[in-house]
Amino acid sequence: MRLWRCSVFVAALLPFLWWAWQVAAGRAGPEPGQYLLLNFGQCALILLLLTLSLTPLMKLTRWKGFALIRRQLGLWTFTYGVLHLTSYLLFILGLDFSTLGEDLQRRPYIIVGFAALLMLLALAVTSNRYSMKRLGKRWKFLHRLVYIALGLVLLHFFWVVRADMAQWSGYALAGAVLMLLRIPAISRALGRIVPRRGGTRRASRAS
Amino acid sequence: MLIKTRKRHQIGENEVTSESVYHARRHFMAGVAGLGMAAVLPRSVWAASEYDNVEQGSRPDWFASRLDNTHWKAVTAGENDKLTPFNDATHYNNFFEFGTSKDDPYKHAGAMTTEPWTIEVDGEVGKPGTLDMNQLLGEQQLEERIYRLRCVEAWSMVIPWLGVPLSAILKRAEPTSDAKYVRFQTLMRPEEMPGQRSRFGLIDWPYQEGLRMDEAMHPLTLLSVGMYGRILPNQNGAPVRLVVPWKYGFKSIKSIVRISLVKEQPPTAWPTINANEYGFYSNVNPDVDHPRWSQARERRLPNSLFSPNMIDTQMFNGYGDEVASLYKGMDLRKYF
Repeated sequence: MRLWRCSVFVAALLPFLWWAWQVAAGRAGPEPGQYLLLNFGQCALILLLLTLSLTPLMKLTRWKGFALIRRQLGLWTFTYGVLHLTSYLLFILGLDFSTLGEDLQRRPYIIVGFAALLMLLALAVTSNRYSMKRLGKRWKFLHRLVYIALGLVLLHFFWVVRADMAQWSGYALAGAVLMLLRIPAISRALGRIVPRRGGTRRASRAS
Repeated sequence: MLIKTRKRHQIGENEVTSESVYHARRHFMAGVAGLGMAAVLPRSVWAASEYDNVEQGSRPDWFASRLDNTHWKAVTAGENDKLTPFNDATHYNNFFEFGTSKDDPYKHAGAMTTEPWTIEVDGEVGKPGTLDMNQLLGEQQLEERIYRLRCVEAWSMVIPWLGVPLSAILKRAEPTSDAKYVRFQTLMRPEEMPGQRSRFGLIDWPYQEGLRMDEAMHPLTLLSVGMYGRILPNQNGAPVRLVVPWKYGFKSIKSIVRISLVKEQPPTAWPTINANEYGFYSNVNPDVDHPRWSQARERRLPNSLFSPNMIDTQMFNGYGDEVASLYKGMDLRKYF
């Protein structure tokens, strides 16, 4: 299981290293800042969807490995989100904070993206055992913010699309399916698809 | 039937020059220039050596025959306008027929067939017709014009175009007094253009653009057939595109197949999708923001990570002296 967690760690780090290498090698085009911005943002969305797919996957397969990497993937989502914001501040605005102020007042997609990242920040800082204990029942409630964050991220992306919805539609569909799987009735049904080990034996004895 | 077309970036074997021959040629050229004999060389050879790292594309007759008689540097850009490297100008493009990523046009445009090519000229004209490239250009001398190109996404480049004033072409078609606007149309060929096949695309193909008659007749408005001393690469709008330097890049429609003179303002691609964000005029204007991108400044490409190369955007992209009079008395916030 340790090996599993380590390989997930490496797999999540690899995209960052690859894009950094592309930039260093001069293969990121005439606007390397924009290249990183787009890739980091898209990576954060994919990681968010992957994180949200772990619980349904666990229900379906009953493999504990999925639960083991949930916090890690959540933190990676936040990390790529921060990299996305940092590239925007450094490479697009050139640290011109007056423009950021204007953007935050006027541009809905920036406001929405910023709000989503703030939510992910709240989840990231409370992702430790101490916070779980401190917050008790409220922890679970707080961490449902991730659903709202997903909605905001998709909206953020939606407002950036210029002429073709294909890619966005793919992500939105994946997000919608993951949300549907959380409806209690569907979630319970998901758990019944693969029979519980030992459960079948008990059933046969009863008959 | 299998139509096999060579990708634009795959040069034919006969076009490959070995490095040693290339350097020897440069050496020879330097020597010739030193002897003061440069004038003896055909101008087309001079043109090819003028820009660094430019792939020499194919040279159809209609283009090659005009190169020797080209007016080089007929228009130059400002002192601080450093030419964008050819490689960047050809690998970072918006041409939504080939995809929405900046590198999609380079990857996919090689599949577009550009030879032969015809352009339909119709509408409110005395001489409508279907013209091939030779007929379109007629007796017109090619001019090289170095223009700033400002994209509405707030990046910009500086590109040496080769072309002819649009006004010359329009005049030959003999517009009637009813011709108030010009409508342009891009090639519609889904089998060669993956963007047109997308089921989630928002653009109503074929891509259309338009100009008011006085804008179209303005001496700065160029019908371009080449850049960097060679023909247009496919991703840059081969074989013939519009260049309107005081407007956002999307007004400079690519790979034109039809030019119609019309009475009414034509419905153009972007305002049709979203009239709040894009206007018919789309003049570069630092005072009127696009809802998503501030237009006050721009990133001049190429830039690097820690030097975004931000510069202030100029009214009418710096061509105000020439074009501001076209919009006299108009509220540019309303007619943006």
